[in-house]
Amino acid sequence: MIENRMEGINEKSPWQDMTVGGVVLAGGNSVEFLTGDWRTQTPVWHPEKCKQCLMCFPYCPDSSIPVQDRKRLDFDLDHCKGCGICAAVCPFDAIEIR
Amino acid sequence: MSKKDRLSGNEAVANAIRQIDPDVIAAFPITPSTEIPQYVSSFKAQGKLTSEFITVESEHSSISAAAGAEAAGVRAMTATSSAGFALMHEMLYVVSSDRLPVVMAVVNRALSGPININNDHSDSMGSRDAGWIQLYSENAQEAYDNMLMAHRIAEHPDVMLPLMVCQDGFITSHGVENIVLEDDETVKGFVGEYRPDEHLLDPERPIGVGPYGVSPYYMEMKRGQTEAMCRAEAVIEEVSREFGELTGREYGLFEEYRMDDAELGVLCIGSSAGTGKDAVDMLRARGVKAGLVKLRVFRPFPAAKLASALKGLKALAIMDKTDSFSAQGGPLGAEVRSALYQTGVIVPAVNYVYGLGGRDVRVETFEEIFAELEKIADGAPAEAFRYIGVRER
Amino acid sequence: MKDTLEIRWHGRGGQGAKTAALLLADVAFSDGFYVQGFPEYGPERMGAPITAYNRLSRNVLRSHSNIYYPDVVVVVDESLIGPVDVTAGLKEDGVIIVNSEHSPEEVRAEFAGYEGALYIIDAKAVSERNIGKNMPNTPLLSSVVKVTGLLSKESFFANMEGSFFHKFAAKPEVLEGNMSALKEAWEEVAEA
Repeated sequence: MIENRMEGINEKSPWQDMTVGGVVLAGGNSVEFLTGDWRTQTPVWHPEKCKQCLMCFPYCPDSSIPVQDRKRLDFDLDHCKGCGICAAVCPFDAIEIR
Repeated sequence: MSKKDRLSGNEAVANAIRQIDPDVIAAFPITPSTEIPQYVSSFKAQGKLTSEFITVESEHSSISAAAGAEAAGVRAMTATSSAGFALMHEMLYVVSSDRLPVVMAVVNRALSGPININNDHSDSMGSRDAGWIQLYSENAQEAYDNMLMAHRIAEHPDVMLPLMVCQDGFITSHGVENIVLEDDETVKGFVGEYRPDEHLLDPERPIGVGPYGVSPYYMEMKRGQTEAMCRAEAVIEEVSREFGELTGREYGLFEEYRMDDAELGVLCIGSSAGTGKDAVDMLRARGVKAGLVKLRVFRPFPAAKLASALKGLKALAIMDKTDSFSAQGGPLGAEVRSALYQTGVIVPAVNYVYGLGGRDVRVETFEEIFAELEKIADGAPAEAFRYIGVRER
Repeated sequence: MKDTLEIRWHGRGGQGAKTAALLLADVAFSDGFYVQGFPEYGPERMGAPITAYNRLSRNVLRSHSNIYYPDVVVVVDESLIGPVDVTAGLKEDGVIIVNSEHSPEEVRAEFAGYEGALYIIDAKAVSERNIGKNMPNTPLLSSVVKVTGLLSKESFFANMEGSFFHKFAAKPEVLEGNMSALKEAWEEVAEA
């Protein structure tokens, strides 16, 4: 586990608490930034039509399609921005944008 | 053991780089700085330095490559002039706000137009607000010495800012002069190793460099950056003192020449200072109480100390080798007047714009200036600014 | 010699006037002088008139201006006499040294109105005889050192032998040619 050394530095912090050069002293922390609420349209996955071809997974710009044991799971709506690319590339109409 | 030699300013800087042996050198040629990477690449070919030498396709890329290398935790250097310097402008701000202590050799040359390859300070002065420390050099010796001190200042934990060492194009860069070189071991010992606390290539402690500074953070980051520049003055003095103890060559934020009892003073930057000192000696021999101040450190601007040095003058000439086109003179004129106002020092001052595009600056130029200062000291009105050494009807 | 000797070189781009000025600075440096050797730069064009300068002194040199009142003018390319005012600002007790194949009378005639000291050296002939090609810098340098009295003959030759020895370590015959060119030019330079 990567140590997050940014604890206590936030939008209320005085300038003296900023890191030198604004360096982010952490890694893999984009998961903490919930972009799901930027969404105006929502993808809906229809597992009965899905053939698990996994075409949608590499196209997703926000890594919002979790994959486990070579199979995709339902959308990570904490991060999905609803761009619709997954629906556009799905060969089986298994993703619907609402 | 130090060694007496005769070198051009470019050779002197290239030798400093060889002795510092930075991890990365990224450079793109432009007159009159071209010789620096040229000599350095020869040293590399001869096995006299271990630096990774990166040839790039532009100055925007050379400074970017240097920034990337610094972010990866190593020492990176580059060199440029004029239009190449201007092409770096955007990246200069990125490097300083990311607090990457890149060291750059600048060989000052006019920025077009009209197109011109000769010396003035319009290139580096044009980026004076980019957040870099700026050291200016009178001669090859000072260019060399400033370079040896550069990393100690830039990489100091209180500072962590990029630094440029400037010298006058052709006048010192291509002129051969006497110089004293320190031996390689002495330089290595003085400059030391660079081990930044944080860098991109530590898999145990990953970091992100150059994040988007959204409004809630941007001003706090800028405030931190300016704090570093405020702290740089003391660091420059401390490093210069240590350098003086090591080599016997003393440097401050500026040099005062025959200023103790001076009534008429000239303040200038760079190679003209030597010519000015010769003029001061001539005038002193005639009984004129003339003196000269040569500014070495323009960023950070040593306002309080400089105002104190100028206090007591009856007339002052502030000399700018570039025009700000503020209709008020040049950048040094503006900074010095601001410093005098802030400290309550009242000295009648004229801001002279001189030496543009390689216009030669002679002892006679200084004599003319001192003659005008004498009249001002006797009560004649001081013009806010004017050009000197220009043909007039 | 004066406290400070100021020399102005006139040549054409590519002829080595700048190199000659730097060589002279080297020679003076090795005898303990404070030296400056610098060119006046413009757009670099082969064959265009160029000017280079030397300041040589036993005292520290600080001034960084060009030289307007030289003690010595060296004309590397004779065709510049006329198109360029090579005597401009020359001090009353100054001297001109011209690289020329012509007779002293002919060269003197090119300087209408100039009454001062004038020296001639056929550097091309000297270099062709001794080095085998037209490399006028070596003989010209020797003539300048002799006329100005910058260094004694002995220390100049010893000094140059040392620097040639390093420069031409792999080609001893070149060293020999350069040394004999220096010696011949020392004798050949003549007052016109």
